[in-house]
Amino acid sequence: MSQFQIYGLASVLIFSIGLYGFIVHPHLVRKILAMNIMSSGIFLLLVSAARRDMHAIPDPVPHAMVLTGIVVSVSMTAFALALTRRVVAATGVAALLWMDAPVEAAPIAARNDEHSRDLDRVADPVAADRDDIHLSV
Amino acid sequence: MTVSAWVFDMVLAAGLPVLAWSVLHTRDLFKAVALFIAYGLLIAIIWVRLHAPDVALAEAAIGAGLTGALLLDTLGRIGSRDTIESDASQSAAGERDQDKNA
Amino acid sequence: MLKLTAIWLTHLLPGLLVTIFGIFLLQAVIALPAQPVGLTTEVQRELPNSGVTNPVTAVLLNFRGYDTLLEIAVLLLAVVAVWSLHVVPLRTGHARYVAETPVLAHLVRLLAPVMILVAGYITWIGSARPGGAFQGGSVLAAAMVLLLLASMIGIRPRQRWPLRVVAVLGLAVFVVIAGGTLVVGNQFLEYPRNQAYALMLVLESVLTISIGGTLALLFFGAIPETASFETMNDEG
Repeated sequence: MSQFQIYGLASVLIFSIGLYGFIVHPHLVRKILAMNIMSSGIFLLLVSAARRDMHAIPDPVPHAMVLTGIVVSVSMTAFALALTRRVVAATGVAALLWMDAPVEAAPIAARNDEHSRDLDRVADPVAADRDDIHLSV
Repeated sequence: MTVSAWVFDMVLAAGLPVLAWSVLHTRDLFKAVALFIAYGLLIAIIWVRLHAPDVALAEAAIGAGLTGALLLDTLGRIGSRDTIESDASQSAAGERDQDKNA
Repeated sequence: MLKLTAIWLTHLLPGLLVTIFGIFLLQAVIALPAQPVGLTTEVQRELPNSGVTNPVTAVLLNFRGYDTLLEIAVLLLAVVAVWSLHVVPLRTGHARYVAETPVLAHLVRLLAPVMILVAGYITWIGSARPGGAFQGGSVLAAAMVLLLLASMIGIRPRQRWPLRVVAVLGLAVFVVIAGGTLVVGNQFLEYPRNQAYALMLVLESVLTISIGGTLALLFFGAIPETASFETMNDEG
């Protein structure tokens, strides 16, 4: 296996892991971590593709693109984290609440009972009036 | 490519997905961020292996340093316990608890 | 049964979809031709005309300068966006913080001058060897973050104008230079051959300060206001 194949495979793996984590985790900081992992997968693919010919000088254009991308992704992370803090200040939860996300630490059993109702609510977004959230602004 | 270099590449490339997975699935967010910093340093080594020293310099300072500082600062304000779980896993946990009680 | 459906929806289905997506992605990566059709030869051919000898710096500041121009604009945009959110900024100037962590203060006193020196060196060497404005700027930002954490520099509410100047400095100089290339009759961001090195050196130096300052501002958070949004939830 050449370096390109090794790291190309790794880049696909970490992109997929990041995408999966981005979907399944509701916590916003976790989503931001997942986004960073996804972008590092893309960077890894670009840089390893620049090194497909192991005996030549690597292509500097992808390197410059990745360098730009790293700086853009850190500013994106800073903005996303500031947004997260704003969400926490407004709702008290570091997640985008939608339908059935628990707000307080309600007893698990109680929530299990409500679970069927919550799933029904998914079908009708308007019915999910989010009565459990009080915006303080 | 020498054998030792090949083994080194393989270890780096294998460590990356493992670290990425543990960043995203460690329960404590503080641990997750610490792992993420390690992940950034690993990527910086990989940039050197791929003959991209310019990128490695920026990654070591930004990917490992600044991003980690930003994340830790945020966790210091909002807390590092990831109590929000998706509903399904909570139901599963609840079921386990009920089994234990029974 | 219901719980199984929920796990299926929240974890297994996304897992399955991501796996399928990953397999397609892998096929696309494998299908890439072994012989790259990159821009290496073009870059190598034009490198002597670019004013620098490090190809990555040449690509960043000369051949694809508009990418870097837009990237600096993105950094400015991020600062504006963070400021507009009115989150509580990093609390500096708290003697308690520093007194509790004497190690931090001593370490920062040792490290910060070295880091600033290294940032300058990395930027300077960028014309010939790995380095440049981005790398130097990020080291400078790291030094400033350390100084902020140790409360050795602070940002107070009355200092808004200097902060704004730091935030727009890079973009402003970049736009002026880009406009200058148009005025003298060249293409957008096509430097006159004799002044290419000097122009890029000016640009690199300004960008280092601007990138470093902007990243530190992003870490600092909101522009200091009299009242902030998080104050009610803040324990301090």
